[in-house]
Amino acid sequence: MAQNGTSVSIQDLSLSFGVVTVLETLNLDVAEGEFIVLLGPSGCGKSTLLNCIAGLLDVSEGSIFIKGKNVTWEEPKDRGIGMVFQSYALYPQMTVEKNLSFGLRVAGTPKDEIAKRIARAAEILQIEPLLQRKPAALSGGQRQRVAIGRALVRDVDVFLFDEPLSNLDAKLRAELRVEIKLLHRKLQNTMIYVTHDQIEAMTLADRIAVMKGGVIQQLDAPQTIYNRPVNRFVAGFLGSPAMNFIDGQAETGATAAFKTGNVSIPLARYAFDAAGNSSGPCVFGIRPEHVALGEAANAMPFAIDAAVEIVEPMGSDTLVWTKLGGQNFSFRVEAEKTLRNGEPIRIGFDPARASLFDSQSGNRM
Amino acid sequence: MQKSWRHRFHLPAVIGTIPMILVALGVFVIGIGFSVLWSFTSSKLFPTYDFVGLAQYRRLWADNRWLVSVNNIWFFGLMSITCNMVFGYLLAVFMDQRIRQEDLFRSIFLYPFAMSLIVTGLVWQWALDPNLGLQEALRNWGWSSFSFAPLVSAETALYALVVAGIWQGSGVTMAILLAGLRGIDEDIWKAARVDGIPTWRTHVSIVAPMMKGAFATAFVLQCVGVVRVYDLVIAMTGGGPGIATSMPAVYVIQLITVRQNVGQGMAGATMMLLPVLIVLAFSGILLWRRNRLREAGA
Repeated sequence: MAQNGTSVSIQDLSLSFGVVTVLETLNLDVAEGEFIVLLGPSGCGKSTLLNCIAGLLDVSEGSIFIKGKNVTWEEPKDRGIGMVFQSYALYPQMTVEKNLSFGLRVAGTPKDEIAKRIARAAEILQIEPLLQRKPAALSGGQRQRVAIGRALVRDVDVFLFDEPLSNLDAKLRAELRVEIKLLHRKLQNTMIYVTHDQIEAMTLADRIAVMKGGVIQQLDAPQTIYNRPVNRFVAGFLGSPAMNFIDGQAETGATAAFKTGNVSIPLARYAFDAAGNSSGPCVFGIRPEHVALGEAANAMPFAIDAAVEIVEPMGSDTLVWTKLGGQNFSFRVEAEKTLRNGEPIRIGFDPARASLFDSQSGNRM
Repeated sequence: MQKSWRHRFHLPAVIGTIPMILVALGVFVIGIGFSVLWSFTSSKLFPTYDFVGLAQYRRLWADNRWLVSVNNIWFFGLMSITCNMVFGYLLAVFMDQRIRQEDLFRSIFLYPFAMSLIVTGLVWQWALDPNLGLQEALRNWGWSSFSFAPLVSAETALYALVVAGIWQGSGVTMAILLAGLRGIDEDIWKAARVDGIPTWRTHVSIVAPMMKGAFATAFVLQCVGVVRVYDLVIAMTGGGPGIATSMPAVYVIQLITVRQNVGQGMAGATMMLLPVLIVLAFSGILLWRRNRLREAGA
């Protein structure tokens, strides 16, 4: 399906419980067939937003449109959504087949239609051999597959996922992540997916909405969010190991530079945001993988001498901690590289790949 | 062998449980044993060992008063347990709506259970007494033709007992079922709403089956209360009018203490034990079968 038309549109949505405001005049348009991930730390309002879209929470202000229809005050079942929960929420006394069919039977769908839909969902999710089992006899991964199946048989336009993989172990999580991605490619449905796991967000999303304090901080393609975070929060939340942040002063003019201690990093290659070319205290951020070592460092626009402090081998690569301008600084090297503590090294990077944030507001400069 | 015995029975644990073991053996096993034994004798005021076979049982089941008692307890049991379960569940659902003053309401609902059945019975007896209670009060307020005296009539006295039983028991049922309801994952409710399942249907088809354990606990507690119901009857009606509200326990105690017929009383007591044993055996078999199935499944 082409990415035309808006599938879900949220307009000026606010939600407050008493004096506590959870969501604040939030706007979000999700295109048809798009996979949107709502990403943020716990308590940022991402699950609340999803529950509002599902109709499980009444909103305080604003409106929600699904497929052009105002569903703000519709019951969940009339919104054309299917939802998958973190705890699976399967009906434990019913077999898998009954779990899938119960909603349809209550709605009075014809029997042959139910059978057809269950057969289709079971085939897509490969749960045919499990249909006669009860949830207690299934593994976590199988349960979540059944939970997805229950959303699938509803034959809806929009799928909502509320941290569906958080209860699974790391290996299973990686497997199901791929399966959800394949499922999206096969079905081409709109999917809204809530997670606090940045890897899930990066791998699955067409666009990520990074949330904090009930406000969407940045809504963009994963690569853009990763490479050009709009503020310090987004920069720090995405990426593992985390981005290096160095406090210092920005100096503008003919030779723009970032100064901290006796280190001066030229900012000639840095693409300032339209708004933010000004002097003052700021934070310089660079991701550990954008730092080069040794010969490669000399080829970079900025290079400096440093000494190894701590080496953290992580298997696929190694994280090395050092100091830059007196502040902690980490960078990544190949796992084959053997560095000893205290060893003098030369590191360098291209300031074009860095991010500069205003110390006060935290916004990108 | 020696080692495994020691491994299983720690000395302090054995010492700690000795009083309980003594009570269990002395009161329950030996006491029940003698009851059964004497039920086969012609004991009158004092127990004797003159065995007469099933004669006492034959006389028991020929006694109209016993038959009425048995009928009464079935009626009382079915009515009060059913109503208690239904009311208890409805109250629990009401309490689960995140109402204000939940603690206050819970105390109010649980209060009757904290009172002795004698007190409960007495309060209800006073309230329903035509010369003291509701009827007299309303007449004094000017409604002189008002007539409400259920305990005086043989037809209605049993209903009054049932009402008192419900008043006393639904609070506990509520507390147990409320705990069960609170144990249900909120996502289940959400999933059912997304599936478009009406709330009552979610209760009946999904939530209630998930609360099997809580229901079983509440049910067993109610059953125990019904089988041994004695003080409520004594306080409210004394088994009357006539024998209209007699219950097996009332009947047995009367035979032993008033009518000085220990043998037949013991036969009645044994008959009261029988359904309990049957239920216990039945649930034991069910449990054993489930365990075997689980082992086979795992």
